[in-house]
Amino acid sequence: MDISSIQLAKTYEGKYTALSGINLEISMNGIYSIIGKNGAGKTTLVRILSTQLLPTSGSATLNGYDIITQPYKVREQIAAVPQEARPAPWLTPIQTVSSYLMWRGYTHTEARSIAKEALRSMDLAEVENVKNRKLSGGQKRKLMVATVIASEASVIFLDEPTTGLDYISRKELWGILDKLKRDRLIILTTHYLEEAEKLGDLICILDHGKIMDNGTISDLRKRIKHPYVLKVYSSTTNLKIEDGSVSRVSPDEYFVYGNQKTIYELIPTLIETKTRFTVEEVSLGNIFEKLVGGEDEY
Amino acid sequence: MSIRRNVASQIYASVLVNSIYAMLNYPVVLISTLLAPLSMLAVVTFASHGRLLAVAAEGALIMNMVMSGTSLQGDLSHLKNDMRVQDMVVSSPTSAGVYITGMALSELVYSLPTISLLIILNALFVKSTIIGWVFVFLDMSTIFVFSISLGFLLSTFSSDIIQSWAFSGILSPILTTLPPVYYPISYIPFPYRYLTYLSPTTYSAEIAQSATGFINLGTNGFIESWLILVAVTLVITYLALKRSRWREV
Repeated sequence: MDISSIQLAKTYEGKYTALSGINLEISMNGIYSIIGKNGAGKTTLVRILSTQLLPTSGSATLNGYDIITQPYKVREQIAAVPQEARPAPWLTPIQTVSSYLMWRGYTHTEARSIAKEALRSMDLAEVENVKNRKLSGGQKRKLMVATVIASEASVIFLDEPTTGLDYISRKELWGILDKLKRDRLIILTTHYLEEAEKLGDLICILDHGKIMDNGTISDLRKRIKHPYVLKVYSSTTNLKIEDGSVSRVSPDEYFVYGNQKTIYELIPTLIETKTRFTVEEVSLGNIFEKLVGGEDEY
Repeated sequence: MSIRRNVASQIYASVLVNSIYAMLNYPVVLISTLLAPLSMLAVVTFASHGRLLAVAAEGALIMNMVMSGTSLQGDLSHLKNDMRVQDMVVSSPTSAGVYITGMALSELVYSLPTISLLIILNALFVKSTIIGWVFVFLDMSTIFVFSISLGFLLSTFSSDIIQSWAFSGILSPILTTLPPVYYPISYIPFPYRYLTYLSPTTYSAEIAQSATGFINLGTNGFIESWLILVAVTLVITYLALKRSRWREV
């Protein structure tokens, strides 16, 4: 499965630039996570690649087909769940999934049988004949994902599929996506950095319509100046740091960001003073903050 | 994995979602679809002491076709803006033409109980020749295509439910209240009669009423009405196919 784009850009009403100069090269099965603050351009990028929206300039291909000039070829390969998609309240889960499959061209009999299996795999078999309006928020989101994973699409776009879900429901969905990614490419946008880090085989950080960085979590760590964090549980900050930065997170805890050498040089002092500490690689959240300069939910 | 895509299934999916499943899961909608055109038919029949029952029954058939477009506009907007179903369909192998064909048929299926009842009333009270009925059928088909195309065109431009309601509010008086569908146009005094000619439904009503002998348009008037109705339908259908936003810009 592959997606590539050259200088993809989108400007709304000639004024607001949502995307500028996006160059992508994705060639894999797995999850490609796109993270960014609100308004970073995540949804615009997904809508363009899933042929819902035309770009202002640039080009992109999906499995070799041009998304602008060959949308029908592209649409045979993809399935998408938009950000605010929700199941029609007057339908039941089995009706929701099977009608989507019929829109993809399956016969009614095929669609019913595949839909049943998809609902079973998503633990929704018990509610397959309950009206969608009676489902919980988590069940509704799972149903939307079931709708597209039931299809034969090789590339699936999920725009913030876990937004609003509690932690347990989110983890359930992560398990499903993790299994699903083996033979498909999933383009996943999310606000949850933990989710992007856990699920994303490749992670793309977007900000103001531009790609700030793009790669595996290890690649992202390698490219930042201070890839390690020393968490020190102490109220006094008396370490001498030559190459790194210090950030106090609470009266009894501060973090030192640095490279491997800097952190190792500090450890003997901490042991001598019997100060409690841990050393970790920086999280995606730390990288995100450094690249984008703002906070997000994680 | 490649599958043999079945266009009939793609059309049927729209019919299922927008009408059959709605009727199966909420049978009360059957009553509401029956009441809308029949209530106006009852009012006109009672007010005319039964004299206009036949023409009103025929008019109700036309009105049912016209209302399909108004309903389609609302249904499409709802599926597009509130549930994002249309975006999911855009990113699937279903084309705009197939989707709209299915949704248009779903409106017909939705009103099948009403149409059945009206056909019975027409068979009982409207006396016409076979040729007359053929013209009525062609007339109903044309106004149906017109209203569906207009509904689709407007729905693609509506971005939320308020806009959709506004479109319905504009369509309703122009297409259903103003035209003399339930009674002959001669009942409307001048100069107001000219106003009714702003609506394509008026030409449709004239054609049906003339084909079944309620009014006499004359050959020229009959042809003129057909020409105007077909021309307006072609223009709106062309605009719906070419100008509507399946993929947003």
